[in-house]
Amino acid sequence: MLYAILCYDSEDVVSAWTKEEDDAVMAKLHVVHEKLAREGRLGPTARLLPTTSATTVRKGAEPLVIDGPFAETKEQLLGFYLVDCETLEDAIGTAKDLARASSSAGSYEIRPVGLYLPGAAK
Amino acid sequence: MSDPAWIDAALRSARPQAVAALMRHFRDLDLAEEAFQEACLRALKSWPEKGPPRDVAAWLIFVGRNAGIDEVRRRGKTQALPPDEIISDLEDAEAGIAQKLDEGDYRDDVLRLLFVCGHPELPSTQQIALALRIVCGLSVRQIARAFLVGESAMEQRITRAKARIAKTEIPFETPGPVERAERLAAVTSMIYLLFNEGYSATGGEAPVRAPLAEEAIRLARLLLRLYKTEPEIMGLTALMLLQHSRARARLDAEGAIVLLDDQDRRLWDRKLIVEGLALVDKALRHRRPGPYQVQAAISALHARAARPEDTDWTQIELLYATLERLQPSPVVTLNRAVAVSKLHGPDAALAMIEPLADQLSGYFNFHGVRGAFLAQLGRAGEARAAFTHAIALANTAAEAAHIRMHLDRLMRDGAPAERQASA
Repeated sequence: MLYAILCYDSEDVVSAWTKEEDDAVMAKLHVVHEKLAREGRLGPTARLLPTTSATTVRKGAEPLVIDGPFAETKEQLLGFYLVDCETLEDAIGTAKDLARASSSAGSYEIRPVGLYLPGAAK
Repeated sequence: MSDPAWIDAALRSARPQAVAALMRHFRDLDLAEEAFQEACLRALKSWPEKGPPRDVAAWLIFVGRNAGIDEVRRRGKTQALPPDEIISDLEDAEAGIAQKLDEGDYRDDVLRLLFVCGHPELPSTQQIALALRIVCGLSVRQIARAFLVGESAMEQRITRAKARIAKTEIPFETPGPVERAERLAAVTSMIYLLFNEGYSATGGEAPVRAPLAEEAIRLARLLLRLYKTEPEIMGLTALMLLQHSRARARLDAEGAIVLLDDQDRRLWDRKLIVEGLALVDKALRHRRPGPYQVQAAISALHARAARPEDTDWTQIELLYATLERLQPSPVVTLNRAVAVSKLHGPDAALAMIEPLADQLSGYFNFHGVRGAFLAQLGRAGEARAAFTHAIALANTAAEAAHIRMHLDRLMRDGAPAERQASA
């Protein structure tokens, strides 16, 4: 069974770290990543840019583009895609395609990926 | 979770919202600040044991409000201090207040606080000092160090700024769209001023002043979270992130400026660059260009070039032309001329800046750039005269050293110096 482990923390606090503090945290996490990778259990890993860089596409007859992260609390996180896009405009286009293909009333939050490790889980 | 470092970080990040809400409540900056201090003291007492509240800002606002009421009563000498029981049931405190404080209130509160600190009637150094003290929560000692003045001088400066604020009418009603836009413009320029105080420092001052640039980025991020759809705030944040990404490369071991072309690009901070580029992309979607967005886009083109020779000077020149239109200034034209020299050679660039001579005759960098163009054209004698003139006009030792380097190159090589005159 594949499990997704989602990371939550205070963006304000994390973004206030100095480069040295950030590097130190990443180095400690990397030890865990290495172990998982050696065991062939680590799939793709991503560190997202802050929510200030987020854009949200709300599903509907004509999908609506909104600046900022997904803010509703009525809906739950059901899944995610990692898509390679030239520009934000392309990413919005892709999210709109997905929105038109799935008729319910949710949203797609688009977040640029700052750090990407492809991983190699079997 | 009760680690004191975590508590400090949480208090610091909740500070702008909490102080801003308390200022609206008490209609008084000093009282709001005192109330917040008191709330922090109680947090330090209660959180290590009980753990942090779910909504830190709401907790601080509630506790601070009660503490402030105590203070008002004490000043009125009508009643003794009420006991701590008044804030005993903190779970309820959060639930109650979190509902009342919707995002719109927060937004206008924080903007009002920033606007009051960056009040156009205050001299810019006072604006920045006040914002650092009140919004960012830096101590007077920390601010004094960053401004290279004594603690008591800084204390005085902040007191004077507060006295001046107390005399002006603080607008507490919800701002209309025009006022909101005006306040945002005043606040963004204050933030960029703060950034430059940190970013433009050189020599031994650079490490002590660097935190100013980081505080500015923090404030811009805060503003961007509150005003999600303002492309100029995206542009300002991106501009500062992209400029700050070069912090490690732009000064040499002696603290002298290293020109953009000469910087070791491996020292650029990729994490900041990626975030800056994403924000530029996001801002451009709005198709409402403004000066910060255009400057950020220029900075982004430099950031995207792996080597100096990969720089897209055609786009940069076009962007400077746009900036000239949005915000006409001879300094912008001077920068555009540098791009023109890369594209069409020093002849065209020199022709472009000659008409600026009257307006910029007292600006060291005008003579520096002019000297660089003349040197490229092989007019060594005129170039030397221009550089000498620039050195005489330099405001700081670093500026003078920067021009002297051009002069040294000219003397050494006697050949065209293919260098941009601004870092």
